[in-house]
Amino acid sequence: MQIDRRLISHFDWTLLLLALAFVFIGVATIYSANYDIVRQQAGALPGRQLTWLGLGLVALFAALAFDYHYIDRIVYPFYGAMLLLLLLVFFVGHSGGGSQRWINLGFFRLQPSEPAKIAVVLVMAKYFQDDEPARGYYLRDLWAPFALAAPLVLLTLIQPDLGTAIILGFVFISMVLMGGLRTRSFLYLVGAGLAFLPVGWHFSKPYQRNRILTFLDPDRDPLGAGYHVIQSQIAIGSGRFFGKGYLHGTQNRLDFLPAQHTDFIFAVFSEEWGFLGCLILLLLFFALIVYCLRIVQRAKDRFGALLVFGMTAIFFWHATINVAMVAGILPVVGVPLPLVSYGGSALASLMFAIGVIMNVSMRRFIF
Amino acid sequence: MAVLTGINRQDGAPKLRARAQWLYVLVALIFLGLIARLVVLQLVQGERYTFLSENNRVRIKRVPGTRGMIFDREGQLLVDSRPSFDLIFTPEDADDASETLRRLARYLGRDEKELLASVEGSKERLAFEELALGKDVDWPTVVAVETHQLDLPGITLRVRPRRNYADGPSGAHVLGYLGEIGTKQLKTLKDQGYALGDEIGQYGLERRWDGFLRGQSGGQQVEVDALGRRVRVLHEVADVPGYTVRLTLDRELQETAYAALQGKEGTIVALDVNSGAVLAMVSTPAFNPNQFARGIKADEWRALIKDQLRPLSNRATQGQYPPGSTFKIVMSIAGLEEGVLQPENRISDPGFYYFGNRAFRDWKKDGHGAVDLHRAIVESCDVYFYQLGPRLGIDAIAKWARALGLGEKTGIALDDEKGGTVPDSEWKVKRFHQPWYPGETVSVAIGQGYLTVTPLQMANMMATVANGGTLYRPWIVSRVESVTGALIRQFGPEKIRHTEIKPDTLERVRNGLADVVKTPAGTGGAARSNLVDIAGKTGTAQVVEMKGAYIKSEQLAYFNRDHAWFVSYAPVQNPQIAVAVLIEHGGHGGSVAAPMAKKVIEKFIEQQNRPAGAREARAAGESRAN
Repeated sequence: MQIDRRLISHFDWTLLLLALAFVFIGVATIYSANYDIVRQQAGALPGRQLTWLGLGLVALFAALAFDYHYIDRIVYPFYGAMLLLLLLVFFVGHSGGGSQRWINLGFFRLQPSEPAKIAVVLVMAKYFQDDEPARGYYLRDLWAPFALAAPLVLLTLIQPDLGTAIILGFVFISMVLMGGLRTRSFLYLVGAGLAFLPVGWHFSKPYQRNRILTFLDPDRDPLGAGYHVIQSQIAIGSGRFFGKGYLHGTQNRLDFLPAQHTDFIFAVFSEEWGFLGCLILLLLFFALIVYCLRIVQRAKDRFGALLVFGMTAIFFWHATINVAMVAGILPVVGVPLPLVSYGGSALASLMFAIGVIMNVSMRRFIF
Repeated sequence: MAVLTGINRQDGAPKLRARAQWLYVLVALIFLGLIARLVVLQLVQGERYTFLSENNRVRIKRVPGTRGMIFDREGQLLVDSRPSFDLIFTPEDADDASETLRRLARYLGRDEKELLASVEGSKERLAFEELALGKDVDWPTVVAVETHQLDLPGITLRVRPRRNYADGPSGAHVLGYLGEIGTKQLKTLKDQGYALGDEIGQYGLERRWDGFLRGQSGGQQVEVDALGRRVRVLHEVADVPGYTVRLTLDRELQETAYAALQGKEGTIVALDVNSGAVLAMVSTPAFNPNQFARGIKADEWRALIKDQLRPLSNRATQGQYPPGSTFKIVMSIAGLEEGVLQPENRISDPGFYYFGNRAFRDWKKDGHGAVDLHRAIVESCDVYFYQLGPRLGIDAIAKWARALGLGEKTGIALDDEKGGTVPDSEWKVKRFHQPWYPGETVSVAIGQGYLTVTPLQMANMMATVANGGTLYRPWIVSRVESVTGALIRQFGPEKIRHTEIKPDTLERVRNGLADVVKTPAGTGGAARSNLVDIAGKTGTAQVVEMKGAYIKSEQLAYFNRDHAWFVSYAPVQNPQIAVAVLIEHGGHGGSVAAPMAKKVIEKFIEQQNRPAGAREARAAGESRAN
């Protein structure tokens, strides 16, 4: 394939630099979270995350090398592969923290539920790329997308990985709404969801229930389930305006914080960089989302617009749910901060997503 | 060229474009919400959170619920929890740890180097982990530390309830003891609210009734200042004290039995004849549960489990012994009920009994002469029962032994009870893949052979004979109450079964048992009391088989000596209490065990004769003193 010179001139540097900024903020914060006061150095985690970044860049360039219309052809094989991997987790999966999420590939451990998020976007973009009916979609028109998304959500839910399942669900709903579901049908869906809440409660694990109950009433169990939320809020709050300085977060240093380098990395960051740092980080996320929404609007066709929208939804839901959870306004569900939290499968998948957005962005002028 | 015109208009996805327009607003609002939250946390409440975090002054304290008390049947306190003080040191709270320790050593008059060494020795500890410098420290230490608190940054006193067993070892096997929860136990009990470091009942009632006694843990998230002093409690969950457990046990009888058993290995069980309530249950040698309460040392524990006399086993429920001649009670009832025995018929006892080509000896070398049933019971004539054995057959014997509660667990609410063995032909095939030999019946007829029983079963058997055939399940706990006295659970007599026994049978056996004690020829004369008429039966259980020779038990090596039994009930008319005594390697039941049963029964009768008002006043006085 010949590389069009116009492609290079339209290369989306803004997006790439924005993504790299998040990753470097992430690596620096992981370094702090992983810092050993006694030995005056961090463990292996920041280095590992950088290795993952390398793999992520490969994924990114793979995602933008070919015209995104080629993606249309690999959607179902990709989807099938994700389904297979998620099933495989149950047979050869590794357990950690009470759930079975990983497949050991020798040199690293793959968490298939991360690329599964990409699969949902691809499948939905393919399904909705044709023009929607003028009356909009009724729920009964959409049995196929539901049937495609449900196995992915259910398989992550029973691992159990509630956080990822919620992201998958939210991304799916976002895509369906963007694809043209009637507002009224959407409200029916919300109503049905609320009606099923008790059923979900019945099937949830005790620790998940604890988190919900703790969120509703933090005093219920301040020493057990409520402990993390309280400690996380102390970390954020004590950062005040300017923060305590890099590597000087005491909550972090003395291991008061849970999952410092993964789900609660925002607490580590806020403690050390204060409100100012948080504001910049949140504005960066806001900029990313707005920038991507611009690309949605400028895409040259529905397929491209939907691809970008879906990937943007992944970033948006991750970022807002994570920050809200760490700041104590949502129950604790395991959702990482995108591109910032430690985690290889997630980083590589998200870099791939950035690559897809860049792909659509740089090809919007070409016909 | 519809496609081309489409492209030319650059009209890729108009509907999506319009929808996206709304999203800018939505996304902006949500981000504003998050920022608002950060404003509240970091700017509005920032000072408070800084205070909490910068000094790392938030501590988690788990406060176990105060464990419930245990009272005897008259409301006398058996077990409670008293406050004790541990001396705690948290080096991170001290500006200069060694200076603090030097001062502490001076105030307490303790060796400075020793204190420093105890801290040095625990280098592996986590930051802010508390070090115990002393457990259950004495009152002068408490006062000294309180007085000089300001000079001793990092030193605190931790109040802990400590289990206190009022009578020490006398109730050890029934009451049990506490211990730190084990990792395995924790795995299975985590869901029930147990946590690492919790104390949990590990033996006896403390273990079996742990769920009622332990209460619910509370906890505090506490803020402490730079000197380790508590500033305030951030979050608190109140602990719930455990329930009070009231027993059927009688403290005085328990003490009497324990005193009687001093220096012996054995057990005494006393039951209420008409309900199966356990009035006393003592096993010796005993351990002191207070040793566990203050934290048992490794060498003390090793000594306990290695002791050949097995102080940790409850001989009343876990000891399985041949019943010896006490089994003749069962034989007599079986013989009369099955119609095999003509009680007035005399048989002649030359001092031995031939079965096949084997001679079974009587304990009396020259025999008892002509004996009927009454005399056979009173003088414990072996030959009489030898010849009765094969006539009844093993299966009929087993049937009656089981009807009277032998060979099966009584189901008392104490863990690891043993059931003993009542052999029959089926059992023999199952156990040894061999048929039952009639010769073996002859041994069983005098309570030897494969037959084993627990002392609790024997007491229960006597109660059944005394009450006319009703076998009750022995029970210890009568009431469970909340701390305010509200009834939580109540327990009462539970019949296992009632066996019809002819009045004539009962009368003959009971007369025999009464005369064992009353008549000069009886083997149980040592139990004769001026206070009350006692009925009983002696027994001497052989540990090793004597081949031919008459060797006095005293001449045997200690662990080969006979076990002494005495089973009894009283008063003869209208029985109230049944007592079984077993003394391991004690020799003759009549001389060793009978006087002990008498002491317990006399104590019981004394109590009955005391005016009711005096007893209530005493109980009230006791509880007020607490």
